[in-house]
Amino acid sequence: MTPTRTVTMAQALNTALRDAMREDASVHLLGEDVGRLGGVFRITDGLAAEFGEQRCLDTPLAEAGILGTAIGMAMYGLRPVVEMQFDAFAYPAMEQLVSHVAKMRNRTAGKLPLPITVRIPYGGGIGGVEHHSDSSEAYYAATPGLHVVTPATAADAYGLLRASIASDDPVVFLEPKRLYWSKADLDTTSAVEPIGRAVLRRPGRSAVLITYGPSLPVCLEAAEAAVAEGWDLAVLDLRSLVPFDDATVENVVRSVGRAVVVHESTGFGGTGAEIAARVSERCFHHLAAPVLRVTGFDIPYPAPMLEHHHLPGVDRILDAVAKLQWED
Amino acid sequence: MTMLEHRPTSPVPGWLPGATAPRTDPAPLLPDPSPVRMLGTDELKDQDPALLLDLYRRLVVGRRYNQQATTLTKQGRLAVYPSSTGQEACEVAAATVLRPGDWLFPSYRDTLAVVGRGVDPLEALTLLRGNAHTGYDPLATRTAPLCTPLATQAPHAVGLAHAARLAGDPVVALAMMGDGGTSEGDFHEALNFAAVLNAPVVFLVQNNGYAISVPLAKQSAAPTLAHKAVGYGMRGRLVDGNDVVAVHQVLAEAMEQARTGGGPTLVEALTYRLEAHTNADDATRYRGSDEVTAWQEHDPLVLMERRLRAMDLLDDATAAEASEAAETLAARMRAEFHAEPVLDPMSLFQHVYAHPTPQLLEQQHQLAAELAAEAER
Ligand SMILES: Cc1ncc(C[n+]2csc(CCOP(=O)(O)OP(=O)(O)O)c2C)c(N)n1
Repeated sequence: MTPTRTVTMAQALNTALRDAMREDASVHLLGEDVGRLGGVFRITDGLAAEFGEQRCLDTPLAEAGILGTAIGMAMYGLRPVVEMQFDAFAYPAMEQLVSHVAKMRNRTAGKLPLPITVRIPYGGGIGGVEHHSDSSEAYYAATPGLHVVTPATAADAYGLLRASIASDDPVVFLEPKRLYWSKADLDTTSAVEPIGRAVLRRPGRSAVLITYGPSLPVCLEAAEAAVAEGWDLAVLDLRSLVPFDDATVENVVRSVGRAVVVHESTGFGGTGAEIAARVSERCFHHLAAPVLRVTGFDIPYPAPMLEHHHLPGVDRILDAVAKLQWED
Repeated sequence: MTMLEHRPTSPVPGWLPGATAPRTDPAPLLPDPSPVRMLGTDELKDQDPALLLDLYRRLVVGRRYNQQATTLTKQGRLAVYPSSTGQEACEVAAATVLRPGDWLFPSYRDTLAVVGRGVDPLEALTLLRGNAHTGYDPLATRTAPLCTPLATQAPHAVGLAHAARLAGDPVVALAMMGDGGTSEGDFHEALNFAAVLNAPVVFLVQNNGYAISVPLAKQSAAPTLAHKAVGYGMRGRLVDGNDVVAVHQVLAEAMEQARTGGGPTLVEALTYRLEAHTNADDATRYRGSDEVTAWQEHDPLVLMERRLRAMDLLDDATAAEASEAAETLAARMRAEFHAEPVLDPMSLFQHVYAHPTPQLLEQQHQLAAELAAEAER
């Protein structure tokens, strides 16, 4: 296999898991249907065949049990990678995540760090019925002790997952499920991306769209469309919510002077609120307009036939950009 | 005083001082290891012929409903359908043992039970079609929403049953789940609460062999899932889930016990999912066709039809009537799903709160403006 090839994000994640398992025998996968089936999104396809059913373990159907067991495994020196089948089905494990995964290092004065990666397919846009489209990043990001990472490209999916598994801290690794089938070139030899660095996907001078995960392609599309309006939009992909790359965000916002935060999860108390606050605190004198947010509405995720009205699209983003031409 | 109520503890020889002996003799709680069967037995003769024919008709219509819904997914008219083909006996029996005042707590695979309860067959599908979450009025038929997060409806059933009992109402709640669902913490907490509260609730586990790809052996090491009841202090019963009369009988007994203060029961019905988990699943990845073929021989519909014909209860005319009713329903499903549903985007903001927050009203205006601008274009 040549190091560079065109892959889907799903394949990139599968390759990352395979490479990590080949390199480090302490990496174990566990979750529902991850074994023979290869996961409902096929992210673990072929791993049980290569590494055995113990290292790619089909567990009983119990998320609290899965994550709680992973904690014990990590306490005994393993590096568990847990798959939660869908965003909303991770909630039974919230107790283990918040009370133990996030706090164990702190509670034990560093004696019991937990190098666990919790992979969660998240977000909407794939026509899923109830409970299959939640964006839960704000809950996780508000929990001290967890890293929260979300790739938007196949290459980042590979690099960030490798870094997450290698991390000595627990990582909630959010996989934007509607991008699973998006393709890109992947060079696995040079791809491990340290957690915590935002990347400018598109330079621009009129304003910057600050985004991550599932909303990145929407923002890039909006930036293309904005050209016709005479706007030159930058697009910044955060890639990691915790840690947050203040430096890069600050640099871009200072040079551009206008910013819109875009994400599909609800706005109130969402990550956009945190980002807008940080930007305002750090870049106030460089801002020509308030930082705006374009987010999903503050409603339970709707039925699939209505989800396009809820998810921020190009028009909603461009409307916000138009408002940035602030005149009081 | 019922069997399950607290008894004064009797000291057992050799027991540590202060420790308590078992409060309940586990033997009467244990499931009989051979699943209850009726279709091949003499007991069938004692059953009301009208009931038997009703169960048969419901099986025929249910099978057709499953087939038509599956076809609709292939045509892209239904987003997803977790078929209960092969499990219709459980679905039918669950619906027919409930009285109007009782409550059903179904999971996503239980559309047939919901329809059997009296919910409009098309309204029962809105969740799976994708136009609304719960398309039916849960109060009208005392049927909780089809529940997607596994086993989370089980404690709701317990709470409702408990409340009904406090109110002095003769209401029983029936909660349905799959074999996989029995691994979830919520399932265990529900059983424990039910037993401790002596709540009038019945749990029906449809053990169809798999939780998506995971076979029962990887799900539970218990002798049977019905055994799980005993540790909580409630009865467990095992039934042939493809024998509609047996499921009906066992559930009816459990409901009666619950209704008369005898406490909860866990019923495990042994059945099989003949189709994939949903239309999005590839079952060939985890099971062989020989296994499926073997279960096809034990098809609930075939078993019932064969038996009723042997008893001279079912003739060609009655069978034709049943399949006609099934075709009429299928035709209605096709016609209704052929038309695009009319949806109101503004409904996104309905029913989030009793009184929308000012923020939500703002967002509602935003969407209205967007839609108006779109309409102008
Ligand atoms: C809490 C939770 N975790 C995971 C899922 C995803 N999921 C949906 S169905 C299913 C398998 C359930 O199997 P079982 O309980 O045996 O019921 P069956 O589908 O066989 O009727 C899984 C894992 C879910 N719906 N809820």
